[in-house]
Amino acid sequence: MAIDVEEAASTVSSNSTRTIHVTVNGVRHRSTVDARMLLVSYLRERLRLTGTHIGCDTAHCGACTVLVDGVPAKSCNLLAVMVDGRNVLTVEGLETGGKLHPVQEGFTKEHGLQCGYCTPGMMLASIGLLSKNPNPTEDEIRRGLSGNLCRCTGYVNIVKAVQYAAKKMQETPKGGA
Amino acid sequence: MYPPAFDYYAPATLEEAIGLLDQHQGEAKVLAGGQSLIGMMKLRLAQPAALVDINRIPNLAYIREDGTFLRIGPLTRINDLHASDVIRTRYPILYDASGEIADPTVRNWGTVGGNASHGDPGNDLPACMFALNAEYQAQGPKGSRTIPARSFYQDSFTNVLAPNEVLTEVHIPKAGKGSGNAYSKMERKVGDFAIAAVGAHVVLDANGTITTAGIGLTNVGPTAIYAAKASEYLVGKTGTPADLDRAADLAAEAAQPIADNRGPVEFKREMVRVWTRRTVRRALERAKGGS
Repeated sequence: MAIDVEEAASTVSSNSTRTIHVTVNGVRHRSTVDARMLLVSYLRERLRLTGTHIGCDTAHCGACTVLVDGVPAKSCNLLAVMVDGRNVLTVEGLETGGKLHPVQEGFTKEHGLQCGYCTPGMMLASIGLLSKNPNPTEDEIRRGLSGNLCRCTGYVNIVKAVQYAAKKMQETPKGGA
Repeated sequence: MYPPAFDYYAPATLEEAIGLLDQHQGEAKVLAGGQSLIGMMKLRLAQPAALVDINRIPNLAYIREDGTFLRIGPLTRINDLHASDVIRTRYPILYDASGEIADPTVRNWGTVGGNASHGDPGNDLPACMFALNAEYQAQGPKGSRTIPARSFYQDSFTNVLAPNEVLTEVHIPKAGKGSGNAYSKMERKVGDFAIAAVGAHVVLDANGTITTAGIGLTNVGPTAIYAAKASEYLVGKTGTPADLDRAADLAAEAAQPIADNRGPVEFKREMVRVWTRRTVRRALERAKGGS
C-alpha cells in the first residue's frame, strides 16, 4: 500500500523487531518496531499521538482504549505487531473537518468529563458500543462501558453523553465513526 | 511497563506454528488474544523467549454444531461466543460465562482457546468445560489427539499439552433434549476474577430424572475443580431441595480455596455451597424449558 509516513527503516534484521504497516486515523504508516513494543507506546512515543492515555497499565481501567478495525481494544494490552495491516482509530481521529464527532459533542454538552483523563478511552469505547447497539438503554451503556473506569466517578453524565450521541447519530446517519 | 524482549513469529498456517513451537523446545508460547499473557509478561510472571502469534492463521475462529459435538475454534473471541445464538439458546452456560469474563473490551480480543488453556484458576471457561464434559483437540508434529477437559489441568498454569502442541478445537457433547446448564460468578467488581464461581450442567430424562450431571468450580483451588462426587450424586435424582443441598455440600467439600484478598477459606467454601445450589437449580429450570 502507499505509505504516508515512513520512519527510518532499521538495518537490524532480527526476530525481535518487525516492520509493520498500520493505518492510524486514516494515515498509513510503515514502522520498524521492537516486537515487545505495546500498541499504546507505539501510538504515544513513536507517532506522538498522546491523546491515548496510560492509566493502570494492567488492562483494567480502559484509559488506553482505541478502536482496532472498529472494535474497542485496550492498547496497553496489545503489542504493536498485533495490529500490523489493521486500522487504528484514536481520539485524535474523531474530529473531522473541524467538526466534533457526536460522541465528543455529547461529552461536551452533557459535561461527561471532569478531570478528563479517562475521556479518550471512554469515548472510543462509547463509539464501539454505539456501532453494535445504536440505541442502548442506560443499563446497556453501563455494562458496555464497564471496562472503563472514571475515578472522578462521573458516570451519570457519561451515560447522558452516550445517550446524547446515540440520539444525534440516529438523526444524522452519516455522523458515525 | 514493557514485556521482556522475545522473538516474534506470525505464522500463516497451523503446521508452521507447530514447527516453530517444536523448534523452540518449550521456550515459546502461543500468542492468541494476549489478554492474560501480555499482562503476565509485563509483570515478568512469564518470560517466554519467543511468541508464536496465531492471529494470522485463517479458519481458527468458528462455532459449529454437527451431529455429535458443538465445535469451537480456539481463536473464537469471547465476545463472539457471547453473541452466538447457538450458544445463547442451546449452551447457556457459555453465554453466562462469556458475559462475565473480564470486561467487554478485553473480551473483544480474549479467546476461547486462551481462556480454556491458560491455566489460571480464575479463568472461567475451564469450570464450564468440566460441567459439560468437554474435550480438547490438540495438534503437534506427530498428529492430533483428544484430551478430556477434566484431565487437562495439572496445576496452576500447567496443563498436559506438550510444548509443541496447540489446542486446535474444543468439543462439547451436542445438547440434546432435556439439557440445561448455567454459570454463576460471584465477583467483587466487573473485570475481577471470581471470589467463587460455579458451572452446572444436567440432562433430564422424560420423567424428570437426572441422567447426566456436571459441576465445575472456578478460583477455589490451584486449578478449576471438577466436583466429581457432587456431580455423581445428582445422577438418578430429580433435583429436590434436599438433593440440591446434598450436592452443594459435596461441592463445597471438593473446593480447596486459599485465603486472600477475596476472602477467607470458610467464606469461599460457603459461597461454593450457596452458588452450587443456585446454579444447579437454574440448570434444572433451563432443562425443563425455562430461561
